Amino acid sequence: MAVPKIADSYAGSVSRVVIGATSDSGGTRTSTVTVGGATNIVYGSTEQTGEKPVIAIDVLDTAPADWPEHLVEPYKDVLDDPAAWAKKAVEEFGADIICLKFDGIHPDQGDKDADHAVKVTKAVLAAVGVPLILWGCGYDEKDNAIMPKVSEAAKGENCLIGTVTEGNYKSLAAIALADGHNLITEAPLDINIGKQVNILVSDMGFPLERIVTFQSTGALGYGIEYSYSIQERQRLATLGGDKMMAMPSISDVGSEAWRAKEAKSTDVPGWGDAADRGPAWEASTAVCLLQSGIDIIRMRHPKAIETVKNCINKLS
Amino acid sequence: MIAVGERINGMFNDVKGAIADKDKKVIQDLAKKQTECGATYLDVNVGTAAADQHATMAWLVETIQETCDTPLCLDSQKPDVIAAGLKAADTSNGILLNSSPLNKKSDEDILDKYLDMAESAGPQGKLITLTMDKNGVPQDIDTRVAIAAEIVEKAMDRGFAADRLFIDSIVLPVKVPDAQQQPTNILAAIGQILYLSDPPPHLMVGLSNLSQGTTERSLINRTFLAMAVSHGLDGAIVDVLDEKLMNVLATAELLMNKQLYSDSYLKVYSGGSK
Repeated sequence: MAVPKIADSYAGSVSRVVIGATSDSGGTRTSTVTVGGATNIVYGSTEQTGEKPVIAIDVLDTAPADWPEHLVEPYKDVLDDPAAWAKKAVEEFGADIICLKFDGIHPDQGDKDADHAVKVTKAVLAAVGVPLILWGCGYDEKDNAIMPKVSEAAKGENCLIGTVTEGNYKSLAAIALADGHNLITEAPLDINIGKQVNILVSDMGFPLERIVTFQSTGALGYGIEYSYSIQERQRLATLGGDKMMAMPSISDVGSEAWRAKEAKSTDVPGWGDAADRGPAWEASTAVCLLQSGIDIIRMRHPKAIETVKNCINKLS
Repeated sequence: MIAVGERINGMFNDVKGAIADKDKKVIQDLAKKQTECGATYLDVNVGTAAADQHATMAWLVETIQETCDTPLCLDSQKPDVIAAGLKAADTSNGILLNSSPLNKKSDEDILDKYLDMAESAGPQGKLITLTMDKNGVPQDIDTRVAIAAEIVEKAMDRGFAADRLFIDSIVLPVKVPDAQQQPTNILAAIGQILYLSDPPPHLMVGLSNLSQGTTERSLINRTFLAMAVSHGLDGAIVDVLDEKLMNVLATAELLMNKQLYSDSYLKVYSGGSK
């Protein structure tokens, strides 16, 4: 029996956000990415699905100290060189976007300064042509001091920069607006705070159609159901006409999935080969969240990325 | 909630004066202000003073559309005045016609005329109908529901989808002798009309009539509005410039789980979907 079509018409739809700027629009990217645009529940019908979800591969500004061995393996020759890392992620693993994550500026993870962050940003921009996500360390004081400089270094490239939260949004929203970037609004698995951050940012004059929401991510086995149901509610609010929720959304699958002991443990014989188990955990998390309506998935392991790309191509 | 802004109506002195003087600014300011305050549609009623109602309707429509693209709600009991407005209107964002009873002694087919016009405006053409027939405005619950059922049936027979139909159960002034039973009758009627079809027709009231002549107009209006929203009301012709009323509306919808809570929910509330 054929799968019935469930096309329907709703009052609202997910906005479309373009990330990256080519030379025509004042940037140096060789391609741009458009996300969003769904006009129905997830995968309701081909016409209503909107843009295909995309994969952003994580590149860290400093070599990670705590990555599990099976995650280090595919990147072992580039972990000290963000530019080479980004190049590999694009050319070998098919990244649609590079997510440059500034873990190294966190006081507990290297406490690197603005010069370092700006240098890394420029090097990655020069190394790859895909659009960039510029993602702070999550420590407000350092993010407020350094991310504006990162933003300025990528001015005109129409990056996606973040994150801003209910308690800390003013400086980054203002600088993203000035430098022509898109913005990620973050909420701690709380749909009401998610909406509130969007209102606060929009109140500063930041256009709603340049926002991507990050509702926080729970990995498989570690709260994925919360992420799933929040994404579901966001989509339903969007379709119901709530403009403050009608943005594309991003999920941080890579780092969350690889924090799970089921992904990273190598000493549990009964759990099967860790070289397959870790990527499987990451891919399962990603595929599940794809079906909740995620538009951009941050990922890490090339095997997981390949699986998820296949899945996206089959679903869309 | 589909909030129809009631202010561009020749019954109000400022609008009456603006019509007489052809003063566009008064009309355009009201259109802009009501849009900012969350009007989903702007009601356009020429009132009774205009010499040429057709030309006045067309002038109001054109004047409003010069300044904003909020869909209009053409308001007249005379089909030909609506037709004059429709001719001048840009209906691409939708349009609402206001309003037709089931039938009239002087015009048995009035509902068909209004349905024809709503259909002619395209898929976004919608119609407000009144639970009223040639015998007048019913006071009881059952007759209201029976008239609504006939209206829904007639519309659906013609292929006019129920969700393009608004049913106005006619709010009467609470101050009129013996009218105090009416608000509860209306709530009961709304609760039943909701089940006439799936999807149901929109449920609408012209709210301000309720408080005609009272000393606590805004308070009476907004209290009843909250009660009616709890019974399924999803449309109202209201004074969208009444901030307290709009705040009650936002809060009632929030408590009915029709809007997502956020700390600043009042700030971003607007009438919502058409």
